[in-house]
Amino acid sequence: GAMGGSASLIPRDLLGEYQELTFLSKQEILLAYKRFSELLPKEERENAYSTRVPKSQILTLPELRANPFQHRICHVFSTSETRDDSMSFEDFLDMLSVFSDSATSDIKSHYAFRIFDFDDDGTLDRKDLEQLVNCLTGQGEESRLSSAEMEQLIQNILEESDIDKDGTINLSEFQHVVSRSPDFASSFKIVL
Amino acid sequence: RDSQQVDTEHLSRWEKWRRTSSKSLKKALSEVKGLSSYLVLWRQDIHSIEGKFGTGIQSYFSFLRFLVLLNFIIFILVFSFVTLPTVISKYGIFNSTIAYISPKFIEDICTIYKPSGNKGLVYFYTYLKDLLSGTGFLEVTSLFYGYYSIDAVWISIMRYNLPLAYLLATFAYLALSFLWIIKRSVEGFKHNLVHDADPFQSYCNKVFAGWDFCITDPHAARLKHRSLQYELQTDLQEEKLKQKIAERSMEEKLRIYSLRIFINIIVIAILSGCFYSIYKVTVFSQENSNNIDNANSQVNLLVQYLPSIVITLANFIGPLIFSFLIRFEDYTPAFEIKLTLLRCVFVRLANIGVLLFSLWSRISDCGSDKCKPFGYNYKLYPCWESDVGQEMYKLMIFDFIVILAVALFVDFPRKLLVAHCSCKLVQWFGHKEFEISDNVLEIIYGQTICWIGTFFSPLLPAIATIKYFIIFYVKKIVLIHTRKPAARPIRASSSNFFFLVVLLIGLLLAFIPLGVSIARIPSSKACGPFRNFNTSWEVIPDTILQFPTGLQQVLFGMASEAFAVPFFVILCIIMFYVIALARAHKRVVEQLREQLVLESRDKMFLIRKIAEAQR
Repeated sequence: GAMGGSASLIPRDLLGEYQELTFLSKQEILLAYKRFSELLPKEERENAYSTRVPKSQILTLPELRANPFQHRICHVFSTSETRDDSMSFEDFLDMLSVFSDSATSDIKSHYAFRIFDFDDDGTLDRKDLEQLVNCLTGQGEESRLSSAEMEQLIQNILEESDIDKDGTINLSEFQHVVSRSPDFASSFKIVL
Repeated sequence: RDSQQVDTEHLSRWEKWRRTSSKSLKKALSEVKGLSSYLVLWRQDIHSIEGKFGTGIQSYFSFLRFLVLLNFIIFILVFSFVTLPTVISKYGIFNSTIAYISPKFIEDICTIYKPSGNKGLVYFYTYLKDLLSGTGFLEVTSLFYGYYSIDAVWISIMRYNLPLAYLLATFAYLALSFLWIIKRSVEGFKHNLVHDADPFQSYCNKVFAGWDFCITDPHAARLKHRSLQYELQTDLQEEKLKQKIAERSMEEKLRIYSLRIFINIIVIAILSGCFYSIYKVTVFSQENSNNIDNANSQVNLLVQYLPSIVITLANFIGPLIFSFLIRFEDYTPAFEIKLTLLRCVFVRLANIGVLLFSLWSRISDCGSDKCKPFGYNYKLYPCWESDVGQEMYKLMIFDFIVILAVALFVDFPRKLLVAHCSCKLVQWFGHKEFEISDNVLEIIYGQTICWIGTFFSPLLPAIATIKYFIIFYVKKIVLIHTRKPAARPIRASSSNFFFLVVLLIGLLLAFIPLGVSIARIPSSKACGPFRNFNTSWEVIPDTILQFPTGLQQVLFGMASEAFAVPFFVILCIIMFYVIALARAHKRVVEQLREQLVLESRDKMFLIRKIAEAQR
């Protein structure tokens, strides 16, 4: 069937290697391969694991299209040298592995930090937090918090998580506050 | 990949072998896990609900699945130890015979028990009535306690002590439920204990873990955005409100406290009114349904179901009144929700308690010599356990009918009305929200009835399993068609813990009626496995007396005060030690946080010094 066909397209040792290096099981890798090759036009499907898929195609996946962090996710996981945020199959597997059920919370919080760091400067400052909250509450003018509410909210967040009181959240502070968050593991998860 | 390859070059042969064997073990385990995930019930359904509606509502459905499994296991337990031997021996399979109980009492008055199984020509309607009320032909089946009037079952040469098995199966299913619920709630409890100092749902949790990455549907995503916005705004408002409360003046405080006391008195008055009416109705129903004159009329069915109807009404009206009253008490919104929920839980569970209490007051009604010399009213209730079983059965069936009826006759017409009629009144009524807490209380109420009733009616867990199975699909369809999530979203972690805590309260409350029935009220002499004993509990001391004397002494020693008191004291010491350990850990965490702050200040100081020195 279709499943058997795609299984023969990934060489067995590569499949084994993917299983070792990611948190995904064999079925999940095969399913990921199937979904990835569906994003490519028919002619390129043979070589699916060595071509790159442009960002616009990736964003048509149902798991990502409703996600407010879709652009950041593509940017963080893409290893493209041309910085066009296109993803190869291994990038795709990387992303699924981090978002899978069996990934450790260390890995998840590490990547969550990179996703939330909108200006890529290695810390979450006020501007990053503001953009983060705006992503959460939705696009459109009426769904944003007022500036007084935003100020109060960011003040509270920094109070709770900024331990060295420098006005920004670095990676270890972020990991610390997320490790005590009971909902993080169950919400930071994508299953195909 | 590169880093792994570099690592492997430096390892010795032993290390390499260990690594490859652990990898192949992990592979094997993941294969097994992959296979077993296919066996999980409803995996695909719950996954799609999670995608469309988020993890809060999904936790309700996972909870429902847990209850289906629990009831199924309880049913298997009770069936294999109690019903199966009885049925095998009644039909003589495997060369088994029954030793019926020969009543020790010479007086035959109390051993007369003629359940009126239907004989002769009866209307088809009678079967329906019997199905709904557990009387007639159902009363003599293995559904109720009265069927098991057996002393022992001989299978070839082994003697199977049925009364002991019956009692031990009861204890076993209670212990199983207790342990399973505790195991499931350990996760949530750990979080609670450690995060005592912080507000339970802190802002960081809401912002960093707020977006549910499982959502795939754009419509659901929009709803989630709106609910997140609402939640953040509510929390910020609540914080401002708390500041305002802290700044209240003395006379305002007095006014509010007296108002709260007044409202609590009203609540207690309402509750007493409920309980009194349930008591009166139960007594009325019992008196009139024993009257053989109208045994076959429709009114009789209504009279039999009267307690269930009144309890359901009370369960419906109570929460409405509570949510109306609590607005006057001026609490913070989070506390309002918790207090209303607590009151609703109390109403539902206490109603069952009052029903059972009124039944028992009739059974032990010993005024004017009605129950000499056996301690219970044997004329009216020759087999009182079956009667209690019938009441529980009726409650369960009625609960099921009400849930189906509400889904069919309230939710769907409402949706049709709102979709097609655009007059203002109807639009204000609006779509029904999927209120998670109401639905959860409903199923916990049903589960408590099942726990209490299984002792009196061993096949009740099977009915409960089927009931919850059907309810899963009904609720799923209602959810998909009515679509509007609750305005106050409940988070997954707190909801899981909340459901399990309330379920545990239900279980602990179920212990009380069962304890009283087993240990205090004399078992009926006309039916059931405990005919030769004063109370059902007596089987156990009886059996112990048949053990060798050494073992007997050990067991009696364990039950005596000389053992129990030191045991209790040791338990207390262990508990205090664990609590003290937790507090010490918290203090260490605080100290480390302070140290981190000092470190950063040192860093700033040194940087400033360097900058000065460079000038």
